[in-house]
Amino acid sequence: MNAFEPTLAASPGLPKSHEGDPVFAEPWQAEAFVMTVRLHEKGVFSWSEWAEALSHELYKPGRRADAGDYFDCWVAALSRLVTELSITSQAHLNDLTQSWQRAAEATPHGKPILLENDPGR
Amino acid sequence: MTSHSSDGDHHDHDHHDNHFSEMQARVKALETVLTQKGLIDPAAIDAIVDTYETKIGPRNGARVVAKAWSEPDFADWLRNDATAAIASLGYTGRQGEHMRAVFNTAETHNLVVCTLCSCYPWSVLGLPPVWYKAPPYRSRAVIDPRGVLAEFGVTLPEGQKIRVWDSTAELRYIVIPERPAGTDGLDQEALADLVTRDSMIGTGLARSTEEGR
Repeated sequence: MNAFEPTLAASPGLPKSHEGDPVFAEPWQAEAFVMTVRLHEKGVFSWSEWAEALSHELYKPGRRADAGDYFDCWVAALSRLVTELSITSQAHLNDLTQSWQRAAEATPHGKPILLENDPGR
Repeated sequence: MTSHSSDGDHHDHDHHDNHFSEMQARVKALETVLTQKGLIDPAAIDAIVDTYETKIGPRNGARVVAKAWSEPDFADWLRNDATAAIASLGYTGRQGEHMRAVFNTAETHNLVVCTLCSCYPWSVLGLPPVWYKAPPYRSRAVIDPRGVLAEFGVTLPEGQKIRVWDSTAELRYIVIPERPAGTDGLDQEALADLVTRDSMIGTGLARSTEEGR
């Protein structure tokens, strides 16, 4: 995963395997990681901007002692960065988050979860 | 023959509908916005995420299997309390999901289904493969497991039963494949190399030493 080395360098504390690859406990963590890499490739933000946003979240008080919330911080940093860059608003992100949760609840077991399944939309 | 929910081991989950954790939903929200703005392509994101699916998590499960093959006491522990046995190796899911290990034998092959929801033991098996998330897999695995296995190139001996396990949010499965013949002298690291992700879902078998090379 050489292409991701700059991301690793700009992301202190990222959980890594013995081989140096990032370790994800759940798919959303990998999705958040990959989206961040793509946004940087698109020139949406620089690695120093990312490192600053991530550090801000990582050094907030109230972190879990086992660092199991590392990717929660990651997502918070990414959300903040895209709102600061006026790509979207925090309110819109919150609305969409709730919409996705309603969509998931409304989707029967074994069917793909789609945003249009949200009964509130 | 498929035995499905044929005994008390199977946990009913008609109460179980899909659920997104706060974080899952938040990431989907980001993905939606960024896609609408033309900044990302979800298919491209999925493709990169998939490059991790075989690289990271599955080694944990492979080590669990190799240890079970090598140490009968560990195999017993795994059979009786997979959650604790797996946690003893340091592989724990953050949601505290329960794990159950189902052992393949000469009589029974095990196959695990369900995925579209949160029903996949990420901490042990890594990221779910794309096909596992596809709607046809789940429905067909229950109706025609032998046909699904054939598509994966797996032909089971005549007379070996297939048992299908439907994961729930509360209980997730890892298949312990049969140890390949001719592997008596191998240490656990070498054995782990023979354990594929698919073999721990039941859509494959452990590799032989020739294939493992």
